[in-house]
Amino acid sequence: MTATLVDSELPAPGPASPPFTERVKALKAWQRSMLYASVGLLTLSLVRVISGADDLTSSGTIGAALRLAVPIGMAGLGGIFAERVGIVNIGLEGMMILGTWFGAYGAYQFGPWTGLLLGIAGGALGGLLHAVATVTFNVDHIISGVAVNIVAGGLARYLSVIAYDESSGGSATQSPPRKGQIGTVTVPGLSSGLKSIEDRHWFLISDVAGIVRGVTSNLSLGTVAAAVILVASFLLLWKTRFGLRLRSIGENPYAAESLGVPVLRIKYMGVILSGMCAGFGGAFLSVVQASIYREGQTAGRGFIGLATMIFGNWRPGGLTAGALLFGFSDGLQLRSSSSVPALFLFVAFLCAAIAAVQILGKRPKAAALTSVIGIGFLIAYLTIDTVPGSLTYCTPYVVTLVVLATSAQRLRPPAADGQPYRRGEAH
Amino acid sequence: MRKPLNWRSISISAAAPVVSLLIAAAITSLLLVVSGFNPADVLSTLGGRVGDSATWIDTTQRAVPLYISAIAVAIGFKMNLFNIGVEGQYRVAMLATAVIGAAVSLPAPLHVLLCILVAMAAGSLWATIPAILKVQRGINEVISTIMLNYIAIGLTAYLFSDVFAVRIPGELNPKTKELPRSAWVPNLIEDNLHNLTGFIFLAAILGIAFYLIVFKSRFGFQLRASGANPTAARTSGINPKSMIFRTLLISGAVAGMVGLPQILGDKHTYSSDLQLNLGFDGIAVALLGRNSPVGIAIGALIFGFLDSAGRFLDLESIPKEIVTIMQGVIVLTVVIVYELARRLRERTVQEAASKMLEAGPTDAAAVVA
Repeated sequence: MTATLVDSELPAPGPASPPFTERVKALKAWQRSMLYASVGLLTLSLVRVISGADDLTSSGTIGAALRLAVPIGMAGLGGIFAERVGIVNIGLEGMMILGTWFGAYGAYQFGPWTGLLLGIAGGALGGLLHAVATVTFNVDHIISGVAVNIVAGGLARYLSVIAYDESSGGSATQSPPRKGQIGTVTVPGLSSGLKSIEDRHWFLISDVAGIVRGVTSNLSLGTVAAAVILVASFLLLWKTRFGLRLRSIGENPYAAESLGVPVLRIKYMGVILSGMCAGFGGAFLSVVQASIYREGQTAGRGFIGLATMIFGNWRPGGLTAGALLFGFSDGLQLRSSSSVPALFLFVAFLCAAIAAVQILGKRPKAAALTSVIGIGFLIAYLTIDTVPGSLTYCTPYVVTLVVLATSAQRLRPPAADGQPYRRGEAH
Repeated sequence: MRKPLNWRSISISAAAPVVSLLIAAAITSLLLVVSGFNPADVLSTLGGRVGDSATWIDTTQRAVPLYISAIAVAIGFKMNLFNIGVEGQYRVAMLATAVIGAAVSLPAPLHVLLCILVAMAAGSLWATIPAILKVQRGINEVISTIMLNYIAIGLTAYLFSDVFAVRIPGELNPKTKELPRSAWVPNLIEDNLHNLTGFIFLAAILGIAFYLIVFKSRFGFQLRASGANPTAARTSGINPKSMIFRTLLISGAVAGMVGLPQILGDKHTYSSDLQLNLGFDGIAVALLGRNSPVGIAIGALIFGFLDSAGRFLDLESIPKEIVTIMQGVIVLTVVIVYELARRLRERTVQEAASKMLEAGPTDAAAVVA
């Protein structure tokens, strides 16, 4: 694999003519995301065939990616709810911590589903605290978020000492295991057939089989619940009157107020819904993924959620893509860390594709820069054998910074995000 | 005419911290009662340590890094920049100091000086990234510093365990090469239970420097002006980009020094048992101290005392974690009570002004001025 290969085997789709970029822009959002997804999938299969890292698209990796994406996506969804009513939520991490604790407690006392519900309630508590501080008292959102994180961390430790220290199987930093199991579903009649295709390692076909099998076999009901919450949230926010009102507050609360929208009440609801989502994400960690509460279990996932929300441009669709991407990099590290360098090749191919589009769009400088970055990743792929877990851990944060730095002008946060609001004080 | 008005203002300001501490105590007591403990026991245990000199030595020892961290945060706050990234900046600086400090040999005072400079440079360097992102790309520093904290955590973990750690036979924890004695900063007080780091002087110097730079220098004026009214500052010729850049770099340099008491004063190496999260706690202390050097000192001592005296709660079989909750609640109540106090002051001023307006136009002008 030399640099020339990257240039000659461009996975750039479609005919090469200047109107191409315009045509992509003219597509509907879902069509464009389908296009991006197919380009991504094609590139991924190509990378898998070239690098021989079959775990890239194996059903095991995809299943793990899905499981790992849920807490991140739920935290990010919490971010969307809060920021769409104009409240910046740095406290997502704290709300997630409450979710892990209350989730595990409920699961240990009563069972996994009660656990998930209690986790949501715990997160709602954190959301309520943030709402009281930011909506009622107009405390700076960042300050309140920091305080929520401190209080939540302290509360979880305090409650652990009280509830778990003397229980059998628990300690001051760890809960006893949950009671009962959380079920899984497998779409009948697919798994074995897909497995045989997946094992052939054919170009594209086996990859599709692996991905389909990953999302249809041994799917935790917790993951299904998360998907339902995600879709329901999207419908609520974008297809109902309540959602329109909620989003209007994030854009211009005084305009909403003048139209009779109860701004303060909906702000409260948004922040509490935010806490509920983060709480579910936390409970998913302790109840579904781990079956116990462990101190420090969230490990900054609330902040990855925040990053995912920005990556996804404050929209559920983009958020889902971001969460799956970060979940995928985590899952690959977990399942087969030796496959991680293959991702460098993937990025190199993507850079080549972007450079090609930039050349078509007559932006030679940008294309040159992208090519240099791409070649850098190609060299990284050719020279690096394993990537330590502590560096893979950085991926979501680095990706978010890169996205922010390169496409900040295309990102559009709610217009009144982070601004204080007091009733009747329109200027 | 203005005197009675001012007194009311001052009494509101003075009452605010007391009121917020009382509210925080009430909330914490409520939690204790609900979970089956007697708040009076907690109060007597914590109160019993007030007269104990060993507790105060330990309190001060804990307060020193918190103070440095809070000063770093406060510099940014003064111009409405949130440097949430102190955590990452000081972690990077600790590793850089431990590695570079151990690699050179110099006479004692110079060696210590070099280590301090390395720490400042490393902290500054890590703060350069959000500064560039903000100035060049308009990216909010809150988001970028949060991301960079986690990148710093991953990066230092990798560099430490895969590159710089040396395995010493017979020792369980990996460490970097130990700093030579010439880089050690002696403790001021050393008994068998508690130490007091010599870095208390560094903290004091930083506090004074903070005061002089922020309140007495031209740069400090520009800093505060940019924070109070960015538009007015820009129209009066202050370059906002350069202000953002310089402020974040200075904040990062101070943040770099947060870990020095541990690296040069205590452990003399970078190991896995270093005290972390000082950057996050520094944000809380800066908020508590209202970004003033004296206020931050009081805030740092309150946090240090709660940490130090809180350990004795376990002896009474009360979970010492109540102290962390207390710290978070204090921050929230302080911020809320100050906001309410500000509104109250605003209203008294408005009321007084409207009274003056009724009295006559000349008097009103005097009050507004």
